[in-house]
Amino acid sequence: MIHQYKLNGYNIVLDVNSGSVHVVDEVAYDMIALYETHTGDQIVAAMLEKYGDREDVTEADLRECLDDIRSLKDAGKLFSQDMYAGLAFDFKKRTNEVKALCLHVAHTCNLNCSYCFASQGKYHGERALMSFEVGKRALDFLVENSGKRTNLEVDFFGGEPLMNWQVVKDLVAYARSIEAEKHKKFRFTLTTNGVLVDDEVIDFANREMNNVVMSIDGRPEVHDRFRVDLAGRGSYEMIVPKFLEFAKKRGERDYYVRGTYTHYNTDFTEDIFHLADLGFTKLSMEPVVCAPGDPCALTEEDLPVLFEQYEILAKEMLKREKEGRPFTFYHYMIDLTHGPCIYKRISGCGSGTEYLAVTPWGDLYPCHQFVGDERYLMGNIWDGVTNTALRDDFKLCNVYARRECDDCWARLYCSGGCAANAYHASGSIRGVYPYGCELFKKRMECAIMMQAARAEEE
Amino acid sequence: KRIKTVETRDLKASVKTGGCGECQTSCVANQLCE
Repeated sequence: MIHQYKLNGYNIVLDVNSGSVHVVDEVAYDMIALYETHTGDQIVAAMLEKYGDREDVTEADLRECLDDIRSLKDAGKLFSQDMYAGLAFDFKKRTNEVKALCLHVAHTCNLNCSYCFASQGKYHGERALMSFEVGKRALDFLVENSGKRTNLEVDFFGGEPLMNWQVVKDLVAYARSIEAEKHKKFRFTLTTNGVLVDDEVIDFANREMNNVVMSIDGRPEVHDRFRVDLAGRGSYEMIVPKFLEFAKKRGERDYYVRGTYTHYNTDFTEDIFHLADLGFTKLSMEPVVCAPGDPCALTEEDLPVLFEQYEILAKEMLKREKEGRPFTFYHYMIDLTHGPCIYKRISGCGSGTEYLAVTPWGDLYPCHQFVGDERYLMGNIWDGVTNTALRDDFKLCNVYARRECDDCWARLYCSGGCAANAYHASGSIRGVYPYGCELFKKRMECAIMMQAARAEEE
Repeated sequence: KRIKTVETRDLKASVKTGGCGECQTSCVANQLCE
């Protein structure tokens, strides 16, 4: 299977199963499109009819191009066959090793964002803070169930994790104290709304957190539309100076300024550029997750606008790179040479198997987006995963479990998509979220185009 | 030459070399092999 598209002056051909990327001229682009359904003579005749008035298009040249296409096919880099389906069927036999936890250290929040998927941090339940004892047991559970894996990941999440900051610090200290003995390496992430950020938080996080996710939606009026405090006041003026200081002191360590865009700001690139112009260099902007009838929900009519926005973003990023003022955008950060192996590409994010969410009282869920839905309660950190049938269901939740993905060119980039989004859109974790698919494919087209543009520059 | 191939990881080769599980949990296009 191949995928062909034109973007920003580039003609791009992707070979889905090998992962190969080819940048071609318009003649080769047309020839490749005909290659599997026409004879060589038919292709040459069609090209001479279409491009015959060009000096560079001769029969000999076209025959040479046909040879190049054939060579790429013989090398498995064009029209390659799917040889991975058999791998997916072994997934139920996978070990039950866990390598990442989303620790819900606070089911409470000091902001009152109406679009919050977590119901203002409470996850449709009672306010709660995780105790050190529960957190410690969660870390022990992770170590005990991680097999031979060295790298373990823990995301301090909420709600607002800074509302339980002492426990966060104590848990980091505990994890560091057992790393050498257990032959593990913990990588911590902190996701925060910024309200409680101060110098002490910044210093600790910059010492211990491998990644910090800072929530800002962009322009002041966009951010303050939803991200308000309990009195209804916007939080932009309060948090932006803190985050700027945070990012500045972060140095080379990872951070993301992470925004959410909604139906109210489908011109979201303006928000990204606003954040970049403020001085943030590592950006992420995500489509809102909410019920279809919600006023902030993205609509079918928004799609062409969003597609154009992603293209505008890619072109502007390339322009700023040339001008020496680059910034990164999470979804455009792909590494074609050192990207994930085929096993990762088939299995996806690992929710419900190697990645679990832990509530403040120690219950286990497949990921943060399932927390609060009792149908997806998997067990707890003392007894482990007791709902093994649910775990098996998630083990099989890979790209080959979704018939809708069979003929999709992007399946080995998205791995079948997010199980939670699929569940909320279709009622099944093995369904798909078509709207998310469309956005994902556009982002991938832009990201690959950017890599092609950079390759041309080198 | 009308076709330029961009260097990419050979996914077919990764059938034999991949699967160690040390890479970051994505929560996959953005992930790096570790």
